[in-house]
Amino acid sequence: MSSSATSPARTARMFDAPVAKKAVMALSGLVLFGFVLVHMLGNLQVYLPPGPDGRYALDVYGETLHKSALVLWGARSFLLLTALAHIVSAIQLAQLKNAARPTAYVKQTAIVSTYASRTMYWSGPIVLAFLIYHLLHFTTGQAHPDFQHMHVHENVIKGFSVWYVSLFYIVAMSMLCMHLYHGVWSMFQSLGLAHPSYTPKLKLAAKAFAAIVAAGNISIPLSVLAGLVK
Amino acid sequence: MRLTLNIWRQKSPTDQGAMVRYSLDNVSEHMSFLEMLDVLNEQLITKGEEPVAFDHDCREGICGMCGFVINGVAHGPRRGTTVCQLHMRSFHDNEELFLEPWRAAAFPVVKDLVVNRSAFDRIIGAGGYVSVPTGSATDGNSILIPKAESDMAMSAAACIGCGACVAACPNASASLFTGAKISHLGLLPQGQPERHARALNMVAQAAVEGFGNCTNIGECEAVCPKGIQLENIARMNRDYLVGAITYREPQAEAGAG
Repeated sequence: MSSSATSPARTARMFDAPVAKKAVMALSGLVLFGFVLVHMLGNLQVYLPPGPDGRYALDVYGETLHKSALVLWGARSFLLLTALAHIVSAIQLAQLKNAARPTAYVKQTAIVSTYASRTMYWSGPIVLAFLIYHLLHFTTGQAHPDFQHMHVHENVIKGFSVWYVSLFYIVAMSMLCMHLYHGVWSMFQSLGLAHPSYTPKLKLAAKAFAAIVAAGNISIPLSVLAGLVK
Repeated sequence: MRLTLNIWRQKSPTDQGAMVRYSLDNVSEHMSFLEMLDVLNEQLITKGEEPVAFDHDCREGICGMCGFVINGVAHGPRRGTTVCQLHMRSFHDNEELFLEPWRAAAFPVVKDLVVNRSAFDRIIGAGGYVSVPTGSATDGNSILIPKAESDMAMSAAACIGCGACVAACPNASASLFTGAKISHLGLLPQGQPERHARALNMVAQAAVEGFGNCTNIGECEAVCPKGIQLENIARMNRDYLVGAITYREPQAEAGAG
């Protein structure tokens, strides 16, 4: 058993094991899920009427978030590092997956797994591509023809008035929904938390949260296109 | 009944292998799947061709020797059944079937539908044991075990190591097997001394063998002939992570000797 893992170098390798990488996926996924949930709730302020000073709630909210450069960049760096950890682990695990099954089946039939769970390696990169576009669209403005810094509400309305931009947002949010549909439950299993009483409820809650995040975000481009928000 | 069989034929571990098509007539619905292959092999031998190699031993569904993928499903269409206990009544006349070996880098094909599952033995060797005193035999039932725990340990111990979990997993992960072995020993008082070292060593060995990671999709649980549950994988993850975080090098300054 020369290749067995009892050598002193094991301590260093413990966090290299697939189980540890999955724990990284789970913990970074938890942070990112928390972010998209709060982000969606923040976005819903687009529906609030302008305040007595005529300013949009979304603009005031944006200003609040930008108040302290330290907090803003601290949060941005933390989220970026978390996303990087999620992506790097995903790439490493994908390489492992490909090496573990070099010859594909002529015929392979899935019998119980959900479509969402089998397509995590697709929904993830699509959400990442969307994320890059989304930052260029609403944060830095290069992908937005009428971008005005800190005029969040106006940027949103003008941005979503273009139907194909809205369509891309809706497709991307559906992908995010699928990713969360499996991921929000899966992270508990990866961290070793499973129990016959709680796991079914957890799966249900994960699906509900996935749907809520997607529905909240999708409602915005739809409302803009329908002319419900101006 | 009449069947069309597409069977993976591979002469040796280094041979490339390919699907070969066979027609088989007069298959009785009472035959087990392996008996049906026996009939095919009789015909092949009579014709002077090489018979299809497949693993089997007890043919009672308890030894874990048999198993291959039928129409993309490990052990075929019936749940909780090994291929030896799968009968031809589960199929219909004129059905076309695709038979393939377990496919995983860690399970190299020996010949046709036979794969080498020694990797499982090495995972067991890395930690699938308990230390026992070698003196006189202890009294039976001297260690009290709660019913719920012994039930869970017994369910996990039902694993026969057939490898269907690896075959069904899109990542060729051995997590269900490893999780079952870790649970079966780690849930019992006798398994406590090595509990975390066991998880660390067995998980590490599975990675060394080239098995993939678990993505929690549940295909393994569905094809398992012994109904091993996904919860065992969570227990493996938990024991591994707790073991990794709390690990300390052995120190024998005072107690050495």
